[in-house]
Amino acid sequence: MSNYVVGLVIVLYLAMLFVLAYFAEKNPRGKWTSNPYVYTLSLAVYCTAWTYYGSIGIASRSGISFLAIYLGPVIALPLWIVVMRKVIRISKQHKISSIADFISMRYGNNRFLGALVTIISLFAIIPYIALQLKAVSETFSLISTDGGYASSGFFDDSTFYIALLIAVFVAFYGTLSTDTSQHKKGIIATVALESILKLCFFLAIGIYVTFYLFDGTTDLYNRASLQDNFGELTSFGGLENGFNWLFTICLSFFAIFLLPRQFHVAVVENDNERHLRKAIWLFPLYLLLFNIFVIFIAWAGNISLPEAVNHDYYSLLLPLQENNYGLALLVFIGGFTSVISMIVVSTLALSTMVSNNIVIPYGFIKTLVEGNPEENTKRIKNIRRVVIFLLISTAYFFYIRFSAQLSLYSIGLISFVVIAQLAPSFFLGLTWRRGTAKGAEIGMLLGLAVVFYTLFLPIISEEVMPDIKFVEEGLFGHAWLQPAHLFGLDYLTPESNAFLWSLSINTLFFVGFSLRTKGNYRERNYAEMFVNHENYGNLQEGGFIWKGEAYVADIKRLLNRFLGEERTDRALRVFNKKYNISETEEKADARLINFSEKLLTGSIGSTSAKILLASVSKETPISLVEVLNILEESKETKASNKLLREKSEELSKMAQQLKAANEELRIQDKLKDEFLDTVAHELKTPITSIKAASEVLEDDEMPPELRNQFLENINRDSDRLDTLIHNILDLEKLSSNRSELDMNQYDMSTTINKAIKGVERIASKKQVKIKFSNKEKVLAIYDEDRILQVLTNLLSNSLKFTEPQKGRIKIFLEDFKKEVKVIIEDNGRGIPEEDKDYIFEKFYQSKNQNIKKPQGSGLGLAICKKIVESHKGTIAVDKDFNKGGRMIFSIPKK
Amino acid sequence: MKQKKILIVDDEPNIVMSLEYAFKKKDFEVFIARDGTEALEIAEKERPDLVLLDIMMPEMDGYETLKQVRGNKELMHTKVVFLSAKSKEKDIEKGLKMGADSYLTKPFSIKKIISDIEGLLARDQD
Repeated sequence: MSNYVVGLVIVLYLAMLFVLAYFAEKNPRGKWTSNPYVYTLSLAVYCTAWTYYGSIGIASRSGISFLAIYLGPVIALPLWIVVMRKVIRISKQHKISSIADFISMRYGNNRFLGALVTIISLFAIIPYIALQLKAVSETFSLISTDGGYASSGFFDDSTFYIALLIAVFVAFYGTLSTDTSQHKKGIIATVALESILKLCFFLAIGIYVTFYLFDGTTDLYNRASLQDNFGELTSFGGLENGFNWLFTICLSFFAIFLLPRQFHVAVVENDNERHLRKAIWLFPLYLLLFNIFVIFIAWAGNISLPEAVNHDYYSLLLPLQENNYGLALLVFIGGFTSVISMIVVSTLALSTMVSNNIVIPYGFIKTLVEGNPEENTKRIKNIRRVVIFLLISTAYFFYIRFSAQLSLYSIGLISFVVIAQLAPSFFLGLTWRRGTAKGAEIGMLLGLAVVFYTLFLPIISEEVMPDIKFVEEGLFGHAWLQPAHLFGLDYLTPESNAFLWSLSINTLFFVGFSLRTKGNYRERNYAEMFVNHENYGNLQEGGFIWKGEAYVADIKRLLNRFLGEERTDRALRVFNKKYNISETEEKADARLINFSEKLLTGSIGSTSAKILLASVSKETPISLVEVLNILEESKETKASNKLLREKSEELSKMAQQLKAANEELRIQDKLKDEFLDTVAHELKTPITSIKAASEVLEDDEMPPELRNQFLENINRDSDRLDTLIHNILDLEKLSSNRSELDMNQYDMSTTINKAIKGVERIASKKQVKIKFSNKEKVLAIYDEDRILQVLTNLLSNSLKFTEPQKGRIKIFLEDFKKEVKVIIEDNGRGIPEEDKDYIFEKFYQSKNQNIKKPQGSGLGLAICKKIVESHKGTIAVDKDFNKGGRMIFSIPKK
Repeated sequence: MKQKKILIVDDEPNIVMSLEYAFKKKDFEVFIARDGTEALEIAEKERPDLVLLDIMMPEMDGYETLKQVRGNKELMHTKVVFLSAKSKEKDIEKGLKMGADSYLTKPFSIKKIISDIEGLLARDQD
């Protein structure tokens, strides 16, 4: 394929990215730019040319070990969501714009630490970018038939122009706003699209190789298994290799948090915490899809391509061998895409770090303080643009100079090892208050030194000083100091070796120095705000401790220089309103200092912001003890606030209960009224009857038999009245617990038989049979008279509701360990379904309030219930029984 | 004067018995029903001049019975008097509002009931 065609495709592709970025920037709040899918896809900037090409090379030579790099993030993700949520919240709270900002702020906004983190990141990422460029130029030369790839001078080198275009892209879209904590929707949109493209093209080549060039995975497996080293390629390779796996997994685990580009897409560009929830499953899925075909393409390459070619580029060489230029071009674009997204996000993140953590705090602060807002904005943007071009050109020269020696995979790992040096101060800093800036600095520096000794030195010495022998023999001839195999661990790969020792030493010194040094109060203050971020999340500016003297006017003047008057006024108005501070207040307090620091942080980084504010205020040093006291106090305020809240919740709960109790009382009152009404009505009926009868008895002419009838009626109604009054009093006594139970041990069988005897006369008159066959003694403690009353009542009810002659009543007595259960069952008309729950209520009248009960006082069952309850037992209707009525009551034996 | 027909509706037999005796003594033709349903049957057949109606009864209560009587054109001239133990003011008000000609409460004096009812029937005659 002609050089020019490929070149044209590249230019068209880049033009498309520019256009897409333009539209995304124009519509930053749109559905298409702010959603969890774009967020997740932007995380896939993790997959670079290393993934796209390098994995295949590794798979073809050393089997499945490439997977470790993807297992790390997959394993990390559940933890990632927890840690990231915290990191994102802290970063939003403090307007953090890079990993360097994050770490330096955690350790008291330490200028040196921010610069150190930036330098470590540069060490890690620039070679990495170089390797990406190398991949572009090599694949370019593979696909263009002219053999146009030549490094004779960089002006004929297509890679140079590509790098230049990328720099222009980042410089343009990365510096639209001076506030670095602002989202760069344009860039993120292109990254998300690129993530889709690279995945699709990679899957396309995978499917093509597996199912078109070969007959599916089985065919590939069968043919690959004929090769010499096949067994080696498909095994984990024993315990020693297991360590290499473990360390590589750890490395990639750290990388997913710490790589500046990952921090940028995951934290700085996150605009909704909830997007994390989608990412937690979608991102591992993405990595999985990306890795499905790696091994098959590697096998296919081993089978069909000559050993001499670069294994990394099997995916490109396989279609080229078949003269399938279209597909090869797609593969090339996919790789190119991975490169672009990586370089764009990396340089964006690095340029922010370099400008905010090195250039401005160490060089430009004075100039900026003197400048006016327009000049400053321009200056800051220009600093970043220059940094972007410098970064990319450094990477380009690194590539020209060193690229020949290294594979994509090894440079990738080296870069991971370097960036892992941030891990102790990052992770421990989030959870351990005692971590100090000194500890972090020393840990990082020593870790870096170990990486330098174990990883870089062997490479450089090979290149520059081939006669020096210490790489093979160890420093000063000591074999245990051999760089690649420290302490004689000879089975580790150089990267695992470097990782193990550098991180051990780093952590050791970090912890050691942190414990020995106390750190200044500012460190302690930020440590508290980071570790305990939830406590201070609501306080916002309240967690920041500052004592001293500063004037609002000075601070305002300072803010004006960077934000312009309009923005400054607006911000201060909001601030004053929020904290209810008078506009005429002259002196600034800690909250204003912290608020202004945050405002400036976006533009010039937190370290510079701190330096600038220090220049307009006179801070009184506070002792560490004082800081701790203040923090403790603010925590206590929070705690007492919490207590207050709990108290008020309790109070409102009590009010609720009171209301419920009131309601209950009201209901009780109404029930009592109703009860009295019913009692009055029930009493009136016999009285009416008696009164009427005695009135008619005045008639002397009444025949004697009728007279006797009336007299008998009077008598019966008097009895009825008596029973009714007796029952009412009885129920009242039971309800108010005034009745004393005569508790003794009795045999329930005997009591039941007594009850049967009591109703025998009525039963035989009605010819109803009562059956009770239990002969055994069932002992329990109860008041026999009362239980007899219950039994008699229930039996009378049954007798009342059964038909003469046909009626049958059965009594069962069940003896349980702790209670006695009595069941009285009849074949009468039963109890209507809707009444079953209510028949134990006093004067309950079936269904219609105006319908009278057939007989009785209407209090019998209510009394039964009271008696059983006073024995701590239960009484109920068996709702499932429908061949008549069945009442069950049980009382405890003791 | 034609013999007056009275229908006594109550589920308390003892009360009914006294009333029956007293009204017969005053030369009324007395009919007895134990509940609303029975009362309507008898009323339709006998067209009583007056129904003495209890309110709290099984099956069909007094209110419903009154409604049915008032709904029946054949019984246009029948007077209905409630005789109930529900003696609160609002109960009486309710009964009269439903269209009863009078409302008497239990316990009662038979003499007074008879004189009230006779008065009610005589007034109609004029």
